[in-house]
Amino acid sequence: MTGARLELIELGKNFRGLRAVHDVSFTVPAGAIHALIGPNGAGKTTIFNMIAGVYRPNAGTVTLDGRVISGQRPDQVCAAGVGRTFQLVKPFKGLSVLENVTVGALHRHRDLDTARQNAEVILTQLGLHDRRHHLAESLTLPDRKRLEVARALATEPRLLLLDEVMAGLRPTEVDVMVAFLRDLNARTGLTILLIEHVMRAVMALAAEVVVVSYGEKIAHGSPQEISRNPAVLDVYLGEEDAA
Amino acid sequence: MTIHRRLLSGVAPRILWMLMGLLALLIAAPYFIDKYALSVLILILYFAYVGQAWNIMMGFAGELSLGHALYAGLGGYVAAGLFTHYGLGPWAGVFAAAAAAALAGAIVGYLGFRFSLAGVYFALLTIAFGEFTRIAFDHLDWFGGSAGLFLKVDVAPNPFDLRGGPVLFYYVILALAAAAFVLSRLLLESRLGRYWLAIREDAEAAQAVGVPVLRYKLMAVMISAALTSLAGVWNAFYYNNLFPETAFGIGRSIEITLAPIIGGLGTLFGPIVGAVVLTGMGEAFTSLGDTLGIPGIKQIFYGLALLIIVMYRPAGIWPWLSERLGLGERPR
Amino acid sequence: MTSDFLLALAQAITKGLLTGMVYGLMALGLSVIFGVMRVVNFAHGEMMIVGMYLAWAGFEYFQVSPLVSLPLIAVLFFFMGYALQRGLISPFIGRPEHQQFLLLLGVALILVNVCLAVVGPDSHGIQLDSQFDSYEVGPLVLDAVRLHAAIGAIVIAGLLWLFFTRTRIGKSIRAAADNNMGALVVGLNVRRLYAVTFGVGAACVGAAGALMITIIPVTPSLAAEYTLLAFIIVIVGGLGSMTGALAGGLLIGVSEAVAGLLADPSLKSMFSFGLLILVLLLRPQGLLGKRGT
Repeated sequence: MTGARLELIELGKNFRGLRAVHDVSFTVPAGAIHALIGPNGAGKTTIFNMIAGVYRPNAGTVTLDGRVISGQRPDQVCAAGVGRTFQLVKPFKGLSVLENVTVGALHRHRDLDTARQNAEVILTQLGLHDRRHHLAESLTLPDRKRLEVARALATEPRLLLLDEVMAGLRPTEVDVMVAFLRDLNARTGLTILLIEHVMRAVMALAAEVVVVSYGEKIAHGSPQEISRNPAVLDVYLGEEDAA
Repeated sequence: MTIHRRLLSGVAPRILWMLMGLLALLIAAPYFIDKYALSVLILILYFAYVGQAWNIMMGFAGELSLGHALYAGLGGYVAAGLFTHYGLGPWAGVFAAAAAAALAGAIVGYLGFRFSLAGVYFALLTIAFGEFTRIAFDHLDWFGGSAGLFLKVDVAPNPFDLRGGPVLFYYVILALAAAAFVLSRLLLESRLGRYWLAIREDAEAAQAVGVPVLRYKLMAVMISAALTSLAGVWNAFYYNNLFPETAFGIGRSIEITLAPIIGGLGTLFGPIVGAVVLTGMGEAFTSLGDTLGIPGIKQIFYGLALLIIVMYRPAGIWPWLSERLGLGERPR
Repeated sequence: MTSDFLLALAQAITKGLLTGMVYGLMALGLSVIFGVMRVVNFAHGEMMIVGMYLAWAGFEYFQVSPLVSLPLIAVLFFFMGYALQRGLISPFIGRPEHQQFLLLLGVALILVNVCLAVVGPDSHGIQLDSQFDSYEVGPLVLDAVRLHAAIGAIVIAGLLWLFFTRTRIGKSIRAAADNNMGALVVGLNVRRLYAVTFGVGAACVGAAGALMITIIPVTPSLAAEYTLLAFIIVIVGGLGSMTGALAGGLLIGVSEAVAGLLADPSLKSMFSFGLLILVLLLRPQGLLGKRGT
């Protein structure tokens, strides 16, 4: 499993005349970890949803290793190698933790036993193995976030889209998740794009950060550059807790 | 995974023995029970069978259909029409019946899912198609119109044409119910079944992990419709007559849904347990009604029983019962 | 086209409009209940025939005209609806549809079979003094009973309009129906709001029943038909929309009457179900409903 290169070219999206995303372009090289940040309502999740196939862009394209994936259905985008988590977690509530991840693993492994074995491995990596027979709805929020990541990873993506998986975690839990993602990236070369408000995680993980505000890209650079960029400070850090 | 493993893995031996014993008892039953008891068993098995067929769509894939009479009615009419007009026996006609029902299911499902109708709206669409077809059949002379379609009864018993007495129909519906149980288990223990459960729980999340939601929902409707049509064929040949009013009526659709809801949606045993409870209640209330001599009293008790069950066991009887018996089939 | 035909058509349309007013009032009850609670009242037609039976009994045994017993029936239905919501339906709000369906199916079975047990399966109608009266409006002949029923429905709809626009609780109900609880007025007891809503919905259908008995006789088997009819009307008009329910009632009333004139009368409900399918697919918010989530 190796990472794929993600490229967004002049991406735009309107909702009933309202401009949600306008002319956003950036590239995440294969095997890199980048972050997408910006104030609430800046269009981050809309960008994610265009990559993941939930929304069809009004303008521009998304490519994965040079292949156009925008305009495809979410399941086709998943087949192309994109795994994603949801900001508002969406576990299969009535199924066990193991079954949740098994459904993800079934994408690449038709056989239920094989899929379940793969799911167990991933659950062990994310520290959920001892809770595998619990119903997903019984999990705490941090565990649900982990479950989101586990289920997405089970589809064996080459690009992982993480939508605020650190939100609601305690600092020590953030560190564990950061270590896990960094290790995963080092081991497999999986490309990761994360939307994140927890700057501690962004600083620790992302090689580059893309900043959006009012649907437009306003800055792009290393975390250090970004944290010194006056435009960013103006719209983003001024408003959010910079911790 | 072999079929054998899919069927049996994780099943405790004692449950397997209990099921085998139950099946053996049911096979032997016609030799030691009377005519009335046989007719009750036939009813139970019929509702267990259609309930399982409906459960695949609603219990597994989470799509509420209140118009399943459409598929049963189509199945019955197609097989009975072919038999009456061309002498084609039901064992062959059943394929045409299942194909017609699956096609109807595909149309209803495609329209409903394509236009993203969910919940109550989808349920109303299924009712509308059922009623629409009912009125259409009132005017289709080939199928006898509103005067009904009658099968020839003055023929020698012939299992190959499904002509015979209650015992024949008993064994056919027993085989169907048992086969539906095995099929439900096999479906559930496969990628198809797991994808259905995922769609039922959260279609958007399912699609994000690569499930082609529309295709899998359509498969659920078509399989459910085709299975339901077999019950329609059986029904037509058992009762030897078909009327649009009853075959496609909303009442028929509703009675199909009751056993799985009462028994436990999405479980393997739920529709069967529900069929036993509902048919048992129905018979008890009928004799009570006969004793009291008040019209409608049976249905009043029946309505009360439905209220009580849904108030106190909203997830169905089986999940609670299996917990009590230590069998522990969770609702999936 | 001959002028005879045009006259017959105009006659059918008029008849359809008059019946449609009563249909609209019946469907309004369903729509209000769904709009506020997101509960589909599968016992709606059964409640309708209970209203018809009560009005019939009042006339048969106490010689009270349905137009006189109507307010009593509406009040009775309000309290019945209120109690039903408080006692049975309340815990089921927000539950899966199939559970609500089963609950109300139980209620429906009980209601219709109590009618059957008490009154029997035969049809019962009433013979008002005005039975054979009619008004001539230009070339059109209007049945007196149908006209009176329609006027009754219009008056009640007007009173409801006052209730929904002038009273505090009425306004909250309307707000709740429009936004599905988004803009619930602070300080209002939600449980009471729900119960009042169900009561108002029940009063609508009870009143509609009292009017309908003057037009056609009642049998227990009408119940399921009215439930389906009410579904069609509210979907066509827009589930949750109150003006939509009234307009849908008129539309279905007219289309039934016209279909009965142009085609085999038994095809009239096929047309209605066809319309239901088209509206569900192409405009699920209803012809008058607002586009929403």
